[in-house]
Amino acid sequence: MTTQKTPLEDSVSQPIAATATGDAPAGPERRHGRSRLTAGQLPKWTPYAVGAGALVLSAAIMALIGFNVAGWVIIGAIAYVVGMYVVTLIKENRRKATDGLWRNLIIGAFLIALVPLISVMWTVISNGWQGITQPGFFASDMQGITGKYDRAAEAGTGPILGGIAHALVGTLLITAAATIISVPIGLLASIYLVEYSNDNVFSKVIRFFVDVMTGIPSIVAGLFAAGFMLAVFKLFGAPPGAQTIGLSAAIALSVIMIPIVVRSTEEMLRVVPNELREASAALGVRKWRTTLKVVLPTAISGIASGVTLAIARVVGETAPILVTAGFTVATNWNLVKDWMMALPVYIYYQLTTPTAPQAPEPSMIRAWGGALVLIILVMLLNLLARAVAKWLAPKTAGR
Amino acid sequence: MTTVTAPSPLTAGEKGRAGDKFFSGLTFAAGALILVVLLFVTLFLVVNAYPALVASPAELTGESFFSYVWPLVLGTLLAAGLALLFATPVAIGVALFISHVAPRKLAKPVGYVIDLLAAIPSVVYGAWGMLFLAPLLVPIYDWLHTYLGWIPLFGDPSATGRTILTASIVLAVMVLPIITALSREIFVQTPKLHEEAALALGATRWEMIKMAVLPFARPGVISAIMLGLGRALGETMAVALVLSSGALGWNLLSEGNNTIPAEIAANFPEASGLRYNELIAAGLALFVITLVVNLAARWIVNRHKEFSGAN
Amino acid sequence: MKLTRIGQAAAVLSIAALGLTACGGSNNPGASSSGTAGSGTGSASGSASASEAPQVTGTLTGSGASSQQSAMAAWAEGADGIKSVQSGLKVQYSPDGSGAGVKKLIAGQVQFAGSDAALDADEQKQVQTFCGPEGAMNIPVYIAPIAVSFKLSGVDKLNLDASTVAKIFSNKITKWNDPAIAALNEGVTLPDAKITPIHRADESGTTDNFTEYLHSAAASDWSWDPAKAWPSDLSGESAAKTSGVVGLAAQTEGSITYADLAAATNLSHASIKVGEVFQEPTEEAAAKIVEASKRVESTNKNDMAVEIDYSNAPAGSYPVTMVSYQIFCQTYKDQNTVDMVKAWGTFVSSQAGQTAAQDEVGSAPLAATISDEAAKAIATITVAK
Repeated sequence: MTTQKTPLEDSVSQPIAATATGDAPAGPERRHGRSRLTAGQLPKWTPYAVGAGALVLSAAIMALIGFNVAGWVIIGAIAYVVGMYVVTLIKENRRKATDGLWRNLIIGAFLIALVPLISVMWTVISNGWQGITQPGFFASDMQGITGKYDRAAEAGTGPILGGIAHALVGTLLITAAATIISVPIGLLASIYLVEYSNDNVFSKVIRFFVDVMTGIPSIVAGLFAAGFMLAVFKLFGAPPGAQTIGLSAAIALSVIMIPIVVRSTEEMLRVVPNELREASAALGVRKWRTTLKVVLPTAISGIASGVTLAIARVVGETAPILVTAGFTVATNWNLVKDWMMALPVYIYYQLTTPTAPQAPEPSMIRAWGGALVLIILVMLLNLLARAVAKWLAPKTAGR
Repeated sequence: MTTVTAPSPLTAGEKGRAGDKFFSGLTFAAGALILVVLLFVTLFLVVNAYPALVASPAELTGESFFSYVWPLVLGTLLAAGLALLFATPVAIGVALFISHVAPRKLAKPVGYVIDLLAAIPSVVYGAWGMLFLAPLLVPIYDWLHTYLGWIPLFGDPSATGRTILTASIVLAVMVLPIITALSREIFVQTPKLHEEAALALGATRWEMIKMAVLPFARPGVISAIMLGLGRALGETMAVALVLSSGALGWNLLSEGNNTIPAEIAANFPEASGLRYNELIAAGLALFVITLVVNLAARWIVNRHKEFSGAN
Repeated sequence: MKLTRIGQAAAVLSIAALGLTACGGSNNPGASSSGTAGSGTGSASGSASASEAPQVTGTLTGSGASSQQSAMAAWAEGADGIKSVQSGLKVQYSPDGSGAGVKKLIAGQVQFAGSDAALDADEQKQVQTFCGPEGAMNIPVYIAPIAVSFKLSGVDKLNLDASTVAKIFSNKITKWNDPAIAALNEGVTLPDAKITPIHRADESGTTDNFTEYLHSAAASDWSWDPAKAWPSDLSGESAAKTSGVVGLAAQTEGSITYADLAAATNLSHASIKVGEVFQEPTEEAAAKIVEASKRVESTNKNDMAVEIDYSNAPAGSYPVTMVSYQIFCQTYKDQNTVDMVKAWGTFVSSQAGQTAAQDEVGSAPLAATISDEAAKAIATITVAK
């Protein structure tokens, strides 16, 4: 699958017997160490030769305008892609050249994407490792941690105290609550859109406004949730201020999450082949059972991926939690009472208002440690989603 | 054989019909609930924005609300547009790489890593852009200005690299995993028969992708891009941390420009009185932008409706 | 969907990391060895309840300026904080920003607000619905000298006056060796380098105080009205929050910024011309200007809001100073809240509280006379009739 395909016009002209026996016929090709089958194709070493040539050319150009490694690699890569295209165009044909060009461009895109992504990952891991390896980092909250301890830590006379226990608990609870709220709503709504609506006006309206909803700035979602919960609490006679709880943050996150769940789930349901639905219907199975037992399991891996993506999106949200859940240094397990901390908020405050203004380093270490934990959290979630998808998916050889 | 208690196929069908009704009602309710939530959000925005829209110009930050908000609108569109410009080709390339080019052994972990990247909190991207990327880009901006300075986009470069271009690059890195992850899922759903048919007809690998995969995936990919755009338009913290905000300007290499979410986030904590309403009104403006952008996207998708998947 | 080997390895590794460190137990100072309790109201041990003040219990909630955040941690959580005299009092503070804090106080969502600016007449009126007809009092608790800080290799001492500072920040002076700067700094070799002024991107009390200083001390060179936001028609580099501008300045050669002195580490600070001498930014000099300042007229007789007279600063005082307040109601609905607020407010404005903050975050302690006056004002807080 990965080797270049022999173009149609070439292959039809080949005598089948030659390939079947694998015995290269005698002739001019034999003397060149090439079979007739691969005649007209570039030798295997071509990419290496072009690559070397491209790097030399690039070095020459860099020598003219001042050498630096990044520029050398970039210009070399461009020269390689162009060089391969030209060589293939001359030695083989245009279709193969185009194929090779796109192949190289796709690989190039992948390599380009890797650069910032590895850079971000490296920044987080290298900075965060020191944070998460502090003794008690996961078991401590920030109670009693003041500038004095951080200054001692920066001066090297004391350990870096404090940790993320309160923020980790908050993030887990708030995100779980948001997921419990948004996944059923999002899933059902997308089932309506794909399976039941028959593309009526109402579904078009929903689809359109779901798109619009993805554009709500996260801070507006937070402000809305704060206002909404204030109104609800007032209705039940709670004192003002009682709405500053984890649940308000979860509702804010749901507003952000629902459209993402709907968007991705809808796409995944849509690509389930209609043959499956028709086969199920032909066996006399009711539509709702078809949906639950045939359509959803077929699409489950994509849905799980989409839900994970949605969770991943909101788990790192700062602004909506900032304006809904308050700020605390103590661990709070109760979603409906008292202020709650979340990891992104913790990171944000540790970065922007260090515990000791004169000695921001320990705060930075805690912040990066928190960021690393957040990423590890999502990684575990991802594995979980994959395991769930595997468990629920139909047992076929499939893809 | 003659037991009467055994449910006949017919009555089972009746039960099924009730289930069908209940289930379809449930899904309809979920859809309606989303609209209700959005209606509440809109109401919240309009009610809170209204005082700023009708206030006398003297009390506002700008000459009028319009003159305050339009540079922000353009700045937001500029940042998000540039980000999509950078991210989309790369993201689709990466998605194709994972789904159709890379050896399977490599594709799985790569896809996994990309998913993870969608999870990095925006604060972290912001900190990365602020501490690492911006200083790194300063010499490149100097170079761009020296050789391409005749283009108005590349004017006097900033000494810190905290420019709208840097912000766009950070946004591009942020939306890349989102577009990639969804596009990849769509690409691998391409019916195997279509692909094999194309290959059997002697198509090269690229021709197969062009003829079988891309047309099938187009609506899904547009959908993914829209999701990325939504994130880029609404992104708050990363822009707020990376950009030296200021007045609207053409020069991508110097400080200046601002986006609506960053403006709200930066000024909301200290805002009181009418300023608060003004910021909410800016949020409303962003809401309207998203509305318009999505209308345009819907229109594009509808033009290619004949390919829209299995349904 | 098969789990990849890399994924599995990563998962195992991360779980191991989580488990490993979780075993370590809590490291919170004063926390019991059993780790943090779920209730989150763990009180500091070793509280020598030597004080004869009545013990109160409960949770006091505040919200407001992020400038007070670090000091707040010292007051509320530190070993010398409120818990050393009031073991049963828990104070939580959300650094939402001054505007948000005042708004929450007006709505009655918090019992006190932290703010970089005193309540204006309008807000004083609005707060009466929650605080009773006498409104609320602004008590100065946190005095921070705003340093004009710069990063210029080879130069670590610089003298500036208000008009030069104004010209630098309004981009009228763009080179470090400008004659205006050179004239104030004889004997200092100034490089021919570009000046990069850095301002706060977010609205802030620091910007408000800094522009107010420029506006009143260098009116001819600074035409903008003082405001929390940087003038929008003035371009320049900016960063969010104090730590942002300080961090950006530290990594940008030839930069100059204004920031809370305590946070402006790794930077050199300019001395500002007061009268005929150049005054270094110090805690004592900042405290001195506050002591010498007039009170603002207010509808509440216990209000202690001050107005710094920038143009006539006494010798030895540093005029570019921010005063941050805590705002308490004159009356509260129940006795317990009154007791809590009194215990808290008295402690924070007392010399002990001020010293704690100075030790922890490097703020300027209030003068003893102001401390005493604050204690008297807070003693008048009562239950609403």
